[in-house]
Amino acid sequence: MSKMEIRLAGTGGQGLITGTIILAEAGIFENKFVAQSQSYGPEARGGMCKGEVIISDEKIGFTKVTKPTFVMALSQPSFGKYCRDLDEDCFVLVDESIVIPEDWSHKNFLSLPILATAREKVGKMQTVNIVSVGAINKILNFSSEENIKKAVLMHVPKGTEELNLKALEEGARLVK
Amino acid sequence: MKQMKLMQGNEACVEGAIAAGCRFYAGYPITPSAEIAEGCAVRMPQVGGKFIQMEDEIASCAAAIGASAAGVKSMTATSGPGFSLKQENLGYACLTEIPFVLVDVQRAGPSTGLPTSPSQGDVMQARWGTHGDHPAIALSPSTVEECYTLCIKCFNLAEKYRTPVIFLMDEIVGHLRENVEIPEEGEFEIVNRTVPASPAEAGPAYACKNGSLIPEMAPFGHGQRYNVTGLIHAADGFPTNSTEIADAQVKRLVAKIEENLDDILAWEETDLEDAEVCILCYGGTARSAQSAVEALRAEGIRAGIFRPITLWPFPGKRLEEISRKVKKVLVAEHNNGQILLEAERVIKNNCRIDFIGKVDGTVITPDEIVRKVKEA
Repeated sequence: MSKMEIRLAGTGGQGLITGTIILAEAGIFENKFVAQSQSYGPEARGGMCKGEVIISDEKIGFTKVTKPTFVMALSQPSFGKYCRDLDEDCFVLVDESIVIPEDWSHKNFLSLPILATAREKVGKMQTVNIVSVGAINKILNFSSEENIKKAVLMHVPKGTEELNLKALEEGARLVK
Repeated sequence: MKQMKLMQGNEACVEGAIAAGCRFYAGYPITPSAEIAEGCAVRMPQVGGKFIQMEDEIASCAAAIGASAAGVKSMTATSGPGFSLKQENLGYACLTEIPFVLVDVQRAGPSTGLPTSPSQGDVMQARWGTHGDHPAIALSPSTVEECYTLCIKCFNLAEKYRTPVIFLMDEIVGHLRENVEIPEEGEFEIVNRTVPASPAEAGPAYACKNGSLIPEMAPFGHGQRYNVTGLIHAADGFPTNSTEIADAQVKRLVAKIEENLDDILAWEETDLEDAEVCILCYGGTARSAQSAVEALRAEGIRAGIFRPITLWPFPGKRLEEISRKVKKVLVAEHNNGQILLEAERVIKNNCRIDFIGKVDGTVITPDEIVRKVKEA
């Protein structure tokens, strides 16, 4: 791995920005250079939201994702906006609720029940970002289990540690 | 080995302020600077400082100035709309010579504009936003680490020159999280204002001693009695209509910056030794330029970067020297051409000047810079 450019897109309130912060934190534990940023509208929740993180062996100049190597979309509008014109090698992960248009296909593509896992298996919709982080690290395999757990625990509210570690595990389990 | 930490630009600004000795924050939160208020609300009480959320930006600027007059290093932070509101009190601090740091994390304007989108549209406002002839110091960070180190520098300059200093951040660095190596205590200089030894020896409050252009500053409660006013004032601080005093006072305020440029000016030069093209940029835009220069050099195009760290005062003399050696200077900034005006003023006909500016709320990409550099 030399440089990963990761973009997580969905709806404001899903915690995807925190998701990218956790990935960045784990990157630092793995002695990488990281740059995490986000774009969102003025709404508190419900608007389109995008979190980005670059994880690199070398110092990072431009801090925004330009050629994503990994994209996750958790909402239909974000799929429409961010899952077009991607490099062939980019990995695309979507929630299984997303309707894939007939004219769309991609080589590295996975559809997983991320929202359903948070809602039903973990039992709390707010853990959808941590379920995502679990799945993403299983796919990209850039952080040790110990470091990703440490990163998660640094960024979840007190009293929710166990719940979130369960979410992380369930997320990883989705990826076979 | 020092530990790498993941930090956001706004968080680093808070930690830099605390390291510089800031112990008072007054503000009215606004995107994209809100994390500075949030951070100060948590951190100030932990270090024995005070945090206060005021009723608006005007009052928070006034509170920061008041705290500094009482002898405590102070800060306020805002973004475009709040920066406009703080201009009146900024001028008051210029004339009363009360040091403090005003952080402006720039967002797209005018007015409330695009609250969450980056911009560098407040550069000229940082120089001329408050009325009348006045001194201006404004620094611009390009990395999260600089949000820390330059914030300390802002406080040092404010204290040394008894003047407000503007920390002109932008959404790109303010909201960026990246690796930061925090310097340890003792690794950076801390400057404190000169306080008169005792009220008896103090003399008139605004009298300069020993040829200095900067009067000593007694905090409220020190025992020295003086008046503080935004009117032109005599050495004792009381208002005057004397044209001689008015002339001397305004000229001294400007001279205390202009005659200390060697101490104040800061900039960075990257790959300029053999460069044919110089990219003039600052703040978050410099990150795009760095990647652009890497790409251009890989194609054999000799490009480099001139990055003013102090936007005000502007390092024009050095830029003028560089403009004699290169074929063109490309100004890249997130506005419609503000530092461009400075570039044109100092470069004149020395070389060609190109411009790339953005006001749509998106970030200038390395590709856009590369394409502009290649334009015949």
